[in-house]
Amino acid sequence: MDKYIKAPLLQEDIQGLSAGDYVYITGTIYTARDAAHLRMQETLEGNGQLPFELENNIIYYMGPSPAREGRPIGSAGPTTASRMDKYAPRLLDLGLKGMIGKGKRSDAVREAIVRNKAVYFAAVGGAGALLSKAITASEVIAYDDLGTEAIRRLHVENFPVIVVIDSKGSNLYDIAPKQYAAAGE
Amino acid sequence: MKTISVNEITKSIKEMCIEANYTLTPDMRAALKAAAASEKSPLGKQILNQLEENLQIAGDDRIPICQDTGMAVVFMEIGQEVHFEGGSLEDAINEGVRQGYREGFLRKSVVADPLLRENTNDNTPAVIHYEITAGDKVKITVAPKGFGSENMSRIFMLKPADGIEGVKNAVLTAVKDAGPNACPPMVVGVGIGGTFEKCALMAKKALTRPVDSHSEIPYVKEMEEELLEKINSTGIGPGGLGGTTTALAVSINTCPTHIAGLPVAVNICCNVNRHAVKIL
Repeated sequence: MDKYIKAPLLQEDIQGLSAGDYVYITGTIYTARDAAHLRMQETLEGNGQLPFELENNIIYYMGPSPAREGRPIGSAGPTTASRMDKYAPRLLDLGLKGMIGKGKRSDAVREAIVRNKAVYFAAVGGAGALLSKAITASEVIAYDDLGTEAIRRLHVENFPVIVVIDSKGSNLYDIAPKQYAAAGE
Repeated sequence: MKTISVNEITKSIKEMCIEANYTLTPDMRAALKAAAASEKSPLGKQILNQLEENLQIAGDDRIPICQDTGMAVVFMEIGQEVHFEGGSLEDAINEGVRQGYREGFLRKSVVADPLLRENTNDNTPAVIHYEITAGDKVKITVAPKGFGSENMSRIFMLKPADGIEGVKNAVLTAVKDAGPNACPPMVVGVGIGGTFEKCALMAKKALTRPVDSHSEIPYVKEMEEELLEKINSTGIGPGGLGGTTTALAVSINTCPTHIAGLPVAVNICCNVNRHAVKIL
């Protein structure tokens, strides 16, 4: 089912989403991948302040290619989410409500999603040129020295994603392949 | 004896890094198109159509097909009658990568040390494989490799008694474990035989074979076909979100091995299986 939602997320929107829904996101989201997550973790351990408010926000696991002149961003598809599994539960407990990436998550992440009524979306891996068209503005807000791994604030317009793990814990990666597996597989 | 200036190598590598990241080879494009037509899952079909649209946008608007523009893997097949002049060949290759990744607006994804992890900011060094061949030609293959799928690749040191069934199980295990992480539909490169490092290199090189080609060894060709069918019966599907297209091809290369061993390497590539080839 196609749905249109705003970012930052509203709790009622999250709870209306089910694994398998095709969702278009419009609003503000933040990028962070391996190196930025490590720094955020270190910041939290030192009782410091994170570069952006986690509350109700979405993190997009993405490191773009450089933008050509006159464009907000280069190619901008998702990276593998499981590399952030080590950090995600803590961020979810602190108010993060959405993650966009690709690939499987750990049980600990799935439990943290349910506990905090959050959501994990997948964007189509390998479609970075297409996805860049839904990003209308991009600004580095922290960790500039990390290059592509810096934290960016993005404005997105109808950014296309699919709900993989919904707030009740249903996981599309477990459900959908079974429907197409041949007998005996 | 033929003399080639290393400047020519730099220029070629630069152009090939850019070309490989903006366009797929015709065999890959055709395979994706055919998959979109035959896919049974509506969501899977939608994803495959998006991948086709993505290729169109990448080519038209000069945006890399994928933001992970890879670590540059370079195969240099050098005829033994060739002489290079004008400096170090290795430096020339890395200079080509440096220029290509800068001028092509490609992402710099290489860290200088695996644990200290500081970005080199120019995507060097490349991973270079040299091979000496007969004649006076130089064949260059540039294959930028993304790490979503590289991370899901595996080596299995099987026993001779594991036989062909053991090999098939190893490939299927690697593919099932990779699942959605490897950005399916994937291309599966397999190396069987040799030693630990030789089978890995064969698997990598198998990914540069046209996806519509088959091994010339009849039983290996049969195994390629059977494994592709089995992989597409797993249900993993495009994006791992269910469907009948999980892989576009299985390419297997084999070579002699030791009486005690049966090494199998499975190098998985995502739907952006890219490379550029040039012969000088």
